[in-house]
Amino acid sequence: MTETTTRTAPDSGAEVVLPVHTDLLRLATAGSVDDGKSTLVGRLLHDTKSVLADQLDAVHRASADRGLQTPDLSLLVDGLRAEREQGITIDVAYRYFATPKRTFVLADTPGHVQYTRNTVTGASTAQLAILLVDARKGVIEQTRRHAAVLALLGVPQLVLAVNKIDMVEYDGAIYERIAEEFAGHARALGYSDDAVVTIPVSALHGDNVVERSERTPWYSGPALLEHLETVPVAPDPFDVPFRMPVQYVIRPRTAELPDYRGYAGQVSAGVVAQGDEVVVLPAGIRTRVSKVDTPDGPVPRASAGRSVTLLLEDDVDLSRGDLIATADAAPRITDELDATVCWLAEKPLQPGSKLLVKHGTRTVQAMVTELSARFDEQELTSVDTPDSLQLNEIGRVQLRTAEPLPVDDYAESRRTGSFLVIDPADGTTLAAGLIGLPLAPLAAAVAS
Amino acid sequence: MTAEPQLDLPEDPVSTGAPPQVDNLDALESEAIHIFREVAGEFDRPVILFSGGKDSTVLAHLAIKAFRPAAVPFPLLHVDTGHNFDEVIEFRDRLVAEHDLRLVVASVQDYIDDGRLAERPDGIRNPLQTTPLLDGITENKFDAVFGGGRRDEERARAKERIFSLRNAFGQWDPRRQRPELWNLYNGRHRPGEHVRVFPLSNWTELDIWRYIQREKIALPEIYYAHRREVYQRDGMWLTSGPWGGARDGETVEEKIVRYRTVGDGSCTGAVESEAYTVDDVIAEVAASRLTERGATRADDRMSEAAMEDRKREGYF
Repeated sequence: MTETTTRTAPDSGAEVVLPVHTDLLRLATAGSVDDGKSTLVGRLLHDTKSVLADQLDAVHRASADRGLQTPDLSLLVDGLRAEREQGITIDVAYRYFATPKRTFVLADTPGHVQYTRNTVTGASTAQLAILLVDARKGVIEQTRRHAAVLALLGVPQLVLAVNKIDMVEYDGAIYERIAEEFAGHARALGYSDDAVVTIPVSALHGDNVVERSERTPWYSGPALLEHLETVPVAPDPFDVPFRMPVQYVIRPRTAELPDYRGYAGQVSAGVVAQGDEVVVLPAGIRTRVSKVDTPDGPVPRASAGRSVTLLLEDDVDLSRGDLIATADAAPRITDELDATVCWLAEKPLQPGSKLLVKHGTRTVQAMVTELSARFDEQELTSVDTPDSLQLNEIGRVQLRTAEPLPVDDYAESRRTGSFLVIDPADGTTLAAGLIGLPLAPLAAAVAS
Repeated sequence: MTAEPQLDLPEDPVSTGAPPQVDNLDALESEAIHIFREVAGEFDRPVILFSGGKDSTVLAHLAIKAFRPAAVPFPLLHVDTGHNFDEVIEFRDRLVAEHDLRLVVASVQDYIDDGRLAERPDGIRNPLQTTPLLDGITENKFDAVFGGGRRDEERARAKERIFSLRNAFGQWDPRRQRPELWNLYNGRHRPGEHVRVFPLSNWTELDIWRYIQREKIALPEIYYAHRREVYQRDGMWLTSGPWGGARDGETVEEKIVRYRTVGDGSCTGAVESEAYTVDDVIAEVAASRLTERGATRADDRMSEAAMEDRKREGYF
């Protein structure tokens, strides 16, 4: 189901055909504990016949062992011993299912406050997120927190699944009230109305999950799966400047290839073509691409997502950690990062701490020079110069790096605008970093 | 520049002007290659865990592609249970010779012979692999160990990160996994710790077979239908070998079978199948109502959390 589209590529002026992958959707679930995420995912897998007989037998057996009358579909996905014992999801699980229209990679994330970092993990690559609420409880603190995390990470499409609609007697007024309240919150986070779809569902009974339900006559929208199959998926943008962090230098040094020196990496944005003028950063050396090589031989050009090996016209000093970019639209080089961070560790962030920053393929030492704000994702306001950032808090920091980095704003490029913050002592990933201020309400709050 | 290897394979879809015929296999391949190169760039002594099965064969193929036209910059490690299918060992040695790879073997039989491990009463050796594996990692100071594990295989594996930190005992702690963000992998570890790396995490069994078809990857013959003497035990068709054979009350029959997974012969069952070619296998897998592990692996049937428990001990 791959379609193609003809558009004019930047610079070249020539028409090129670029693939638009409509056949794969990466999605994540989010929501509070006990709102039925695992049951919903189990239901999706079950009703799309993505569950094979032996897996289903195992669920029937385990449900009967627990004295349940009907099979507990959450047991399909809660894979860890402790998860099944406690009936909660502890860590992200990745699921793969397909319908004739689309293939899905689903990151099923935990709802417990303690594990918000896993929602960040699931959301960092998602094109769509399903946020669940319990119809009896409506929009709660955790809903607002997760919506803010999803907005921050730039997840383009949201679905609010108002689950357990059976528990409120399929009451349309309750659904309307929740939908309206959430729409207001999403708008405040910068989502346009057409990027948010609200669906009343019962994961337990299957209402509006795969089939539209007759028990919600007041709802005229699509069932969840219908929406997932048809929602437009934004392809990797190609009309943006080319970027590629160098991962590894390939030098065969064989008799046949004594001079081959290729710079291996994955194109992280834009398109690279043979003959393109590029700049090697942070050194700032200009050269041209003499060949775009791939494991299957040279190609004229390659676009974002493709793993390639670039050969350059000039013999430049280049190694892992450097970035190759379009010469006339290069990223800025800086050793002062102004960034938003989601703090993911128990150990708090404190101004003055020395940390590691991994950006692209380069890891450098860094220091927190300032903690300028903490974002309150409930009230969409911010607190100036807090003492620290605690687990799962979002804040704005200034970092000074030991070496300059070539960076873009996260809002412009998810790849070259993101970084990890790592604890130099034990290697723990402490934070997700986003360069610039990707969340409009935070920017507004900080400015006022 | 001198001549470079030119392979007769599909061109980059961007360049042909024709609608791309490929789907997400290209994306999966690019992601796996990215992971191989990250590890080569960040670790001192990586190794590929290799069983001769379809997943580790695809893994080796991707490693070769990731560094082409240079050689793969790390060796293969085979944990040999001593209960292998002959066809698999022959295939392993052929692959290693053809691509000029380095092979390290850790032998379960050696451990049993000198008393460091005891044969289990049920004769199943898969669980015994953990000790030689961890010793092999320690002795060779391997700091990154590639595995062919896929998240679609089993629900404990669905929880696995692409980079998975293991402590000095090789243990997996699912509650303390690092967040994995964007495609920025954190491979930092302390001395004694190592990282398990799973480049095939996002592949399904069908993706593997479609890739084997596209890339014309050779596999051990036992993956395809053949005539074999088998006997039934616990609903599985087992074959006799160094691990023993039919017991009282079990009758040996000749059947047309193939294997969906390759593991220790004592606990890996065959399925009745007439899939003689890759195309046949793809049709069969697409229509199957059983997972590969549910169909043919006794070791996963031991308890509701068998895979998780073994992973916690250091198994893959």
